[in-house]
Amino acid sequence: MTTRIFGSGIRRREDPRLITGGATYTDDVKLPGMAYAAMLRSPHAHAKINSIDINAAAAAPGVVAVYTGADTEGALNPIPCAWIPPDSDVKAVAHPALAKDVVRYQGDAVAVVVAESRYQAEDALELINVDYEVLPAVINPEAAMQPGAPQLHEDAPNNQAFHWVAVGGDPDAAFASADVIVKDTILQQRMIPNAMEPRSAVANWTASMGELTLWSTSQNPHICRFLASLVTGIAEHKIRVIATEVGGGFGSKIPVYADEMITSFCSMQLGRPVKWTATRSEGFQATIHGRDHIEYVELAATREGKITGIRSVIYAGMGAYLSTAGPGVPTILHGLMYSGPYDVGATKADIYGVFNNATPVDAYRGAGRPEATFLVERLVDLLAVELGIDPVELRRKNLIPKFEDGHDVASGITYDSGDYEPILDMVLNHVNYPALREEQAHGREHGHYMGIGVTCYAEICGLGPSQVAGAVGFGGGLWESAIVRFHPTGKVNVYSGTSPHGQGEETTFAQIISDELGVDVDDVGIIHGDTSNTPMGWGTYGSRTTAVGAAAMVLAARKVKEKARLLAAHLLEAAEADVEYEDGKFFVKGSPDQSKSIQEIATMANVAWNMPEGMEPGLEASAFYDPPNFVYPFGAHVAVVDVDVDNGHIEVKRYVAGDDCGPQINPMIVDGQVHGGVVQGAGQALWEGAVYDDNGQLLTGSMTDYALPRAHMFPDIETLSTVTPSPHNPLGVKGIGETGAIASTITIYNAVMDALRPLGVTGIDMPLTPEKVWQAIRQQQGS
Amino acid sequence: MNIQVTVNGKAHEKDVEPRQLLVHFLRDDLGLTGTKIGCDTSQCGACVVSMDGATVKSCTCLAVQADGSQITTIEGLAPKGELDPVQEAFWNKHGLQCGYCTAGMIMTTVELLEKNHSPTAEEVRDGLKGNICRCTGYHNIVQAVLAAAEAKRS
Repeated sequence: MTTRIFGSGIRRREDPRLITGGATYTDDVKLPGMAYAAMLRSPHAHAKINSIDINAAAAAPGVVAVYTGADTEGALNPIPCAWIPPDSDVKAVAHPALAKDVVRYQGDAVAVVVAESRYQAEDALELINVDYEVLPAVINPEAAMQPGAPQLHEDAPNNQAFHWVAVGGDPDAAFASADVIVKDTILQQRMIPNAMEPRSAVANWTASMGELTLWSTSQNPHICRFLASLVTGIAEHKIRVIATEVGGGFGSKIPVYADEMITSFCSMQLGRPVKWTATRSEGFQATIHGRDHIEYVELAATREGKITGIRSVIYAGMGAYLSTAGPGVPTILHGLMYSGPYDVGATKADIYGVFNNATPVDAYRGAGRPEATFLVERLVDLLAVELGIDPVELRRKNLIPKFEDGHDVASGITYDSGDYEPILDMVLNHVNYPALREEQAHGREHGHYMGIGVTCYAEICGLGPSQVAGAVGFGGGLWESAIVRFHPTGKVNVYSGTSPHGQGEETTFAQIISDELGVDVDDVGIIHGDTSNTPMGWGTYGSRTTAVGAAAMVLAARKVKEKARLLAAHLLEAAEADVEYEDGKFFVKGSPDQSKSIQEIATMANVAWNMPEGMEPGLEASAFYDPPNFVYPFGAHVAVVDVDVDNGHIEVKRYVAGDDCGPQINPMIVDGQVHGGVVQGAGQALWEGAVYDDNGQLLTGSMTDYALPRAHMFPDIETLSTVTPSPHNPLGVKGIGETGAIASTITIYNAVMDALRPLGVTGIDMPLTPEKVWQAIRQQQGS
Repeated sequence: MNIQVTVNGKAHEKDVEPRQLLVHFLRDDLGLTGTKIGCDTSQCGACVVSMDGATVKSCTCLAVQADGSQITTIEGLAPKGELDPVQEAFWNKHGLQCGYCTAGMIMTTVELLEKNHSPTAEEVRDGLKGNICRCTGYHNIVQAVLAAAEAKRS
């Protein structure tokens, strides 16, 4: 083994089962005697429940049971919120699994039917008669805080869920002494994540043992087990959560939802396995949403273009209840990142979390950081226009110079490493920026409106030091652990507490371990997703799986290697100090012929016929890795768009993503993550957005009405990269799962505004649909 | 109602409810869970199977409509232990991430390439309009389809 497989774009080992239909997702699980659950959900955004009549449903063919909130109350504790930022007066209102007295969003579950088949369960839903007294609803989070607005929770006056303020430096002074201030109002519209696999749960209660097995479409099965034990009252060691194949998450499968707890309740009541799978309509209504900010933002600068301050007042819709990590998103994951990649003296984030009669909001790909990047990069472009400076030059003036081991920004966090200008140069050279500007100028003379968006970003991920998690109110740790185990034949299994669901880490983890242990990559198996056979871990989100989870694996592998070295010395009858390791082999210094492979050593350790005095048999180790800091990937993106001013249609002509995630384990997979993130972010800029009417009816409740990006809507993506290792983890790796979505929304938005600038259009609320673009152009022409 | 359907070369005779969807027949009655349900509204294409040589969205097709037909699902696309060139190309080009849309993407691609042996990238993108993927941004799916076309030609 002289070649490292780290850095090689090998094919994914996950794929054979996925391309042949052989993978088992949760809805594919079928157990003997299984019954099927279906949820009755509120058609109203806000209503009092006067009564629920289940008699007809209970008597319907095939129906096994019907339960309402009266049944689950007391049996299931409220669904908890697990992220309570300190000093924010968080109103962690009780969220009952089934609403009993009041429904607070369209999709709030009020009853569950369990039947012999899924068709019978759905039929019976229609026979339940709920007497609702409809109450006024409020959707707009700013309006929800005004006097006289409908109130969601008695405990939360003015619908204020929390108020969180983060001040770095002296923003008041920065703004008081600014030569120039630019301002904007930004609508970060509500997004609906739409992982392709709908959420699903299969619960199997074994009454004789008091044990629950729960298959759940989760990004974090160990957190699911932890919270399930709090909700159901079953001791944690008697719950097994299995996140089998999971079909995408994008944050929407982090939370622990009422649905899987209700499914568990049904299984416990009936003593038989019960499956529930969301329809896509339920996915739209009752799986978390993302974003939902109304933002008032401003930037202070000198006449020369030096940024001195950035601040915001934001109304962040939380939905009707606080989801598992909901309050952490617009606060910790957002408000500390207002410096972006720039040297900004003072920042202030003033965030109101607001209850509104809509689906709960939680982490959606990027979670807080796309919103932060958007507001910073939007303001920088507005400043460029205000000062008449090229937006690229303005950015260069403000970029933080190269640093390799820590840079403090105003908000109090410390970036790990950064070198922001080379990646900017790389993307600009790639597109030939001066030529693009010439083409744009030429086009404008002929009524052709091309726009160029260039953005720089730095983001925070690889969550994160557990001490920080505790300090910021996260109800858990953020370390990871791993077990590396050699089997008697010299093959290896690695057991991880993370839970990849499409990111390809079975492959990248195997590449890492193959190099660490000097064994063939095909001799390494990666096990994840089942709490019964994996060590504790906090899951896959926040681009943390490799930066934290793989780091734990590497530490465990190194322990294994050291034990193997000591055993090799014993077997080679050499002094421990004389035994060296290279490429999977231990040999006596000076006599390379006298060697044993680590796999031979593994066999000897497992049979344990001849162990040194005091050495335990077996060859395995576990390790825990708690990162000393987050990681901070960065990059520069360029979008080139054409706007057809006659019909408002936007065509993205080119998209160039330059990203630095540190050393790339598998560049093919890195590119894939960037592609997906970029198009997801483009979806927010151009097409996607949850629309509610004034009564709180979700108008975009299906894929017919909610415009997801399709194959013909975006061009190929050009990817570039630089490599700046993080000093904080043993691999130097950063995260790449969210960068695309963090950068692309604003890159495309800025490109469109750049195109429309000669027409006098300065801002349009997202998504930038042809109709809105056309209206904005017409408005200017009429004025 | 009694229906006779040949699925992946195997003949089945079953009694089904008239309202049963083909996708539920395949998944629940025959245990062929490789075909997925993504949207219930014929939008996402996760449920695409081949019926008598043409692709159908099996979530908006009744099982009784399949009476007398020959159906191929992802499980039957290639003989056991082998891969169809389209499957191979999706693997080689990283044309999938979470895998949930993949069966539908591959089945759609198979038909697309039967109709057009040498599609342009634009034709590929147009041909995949009816299949939604949330992970890949489509870039590598397009590459996979182009590579599959080339592999099939040679």
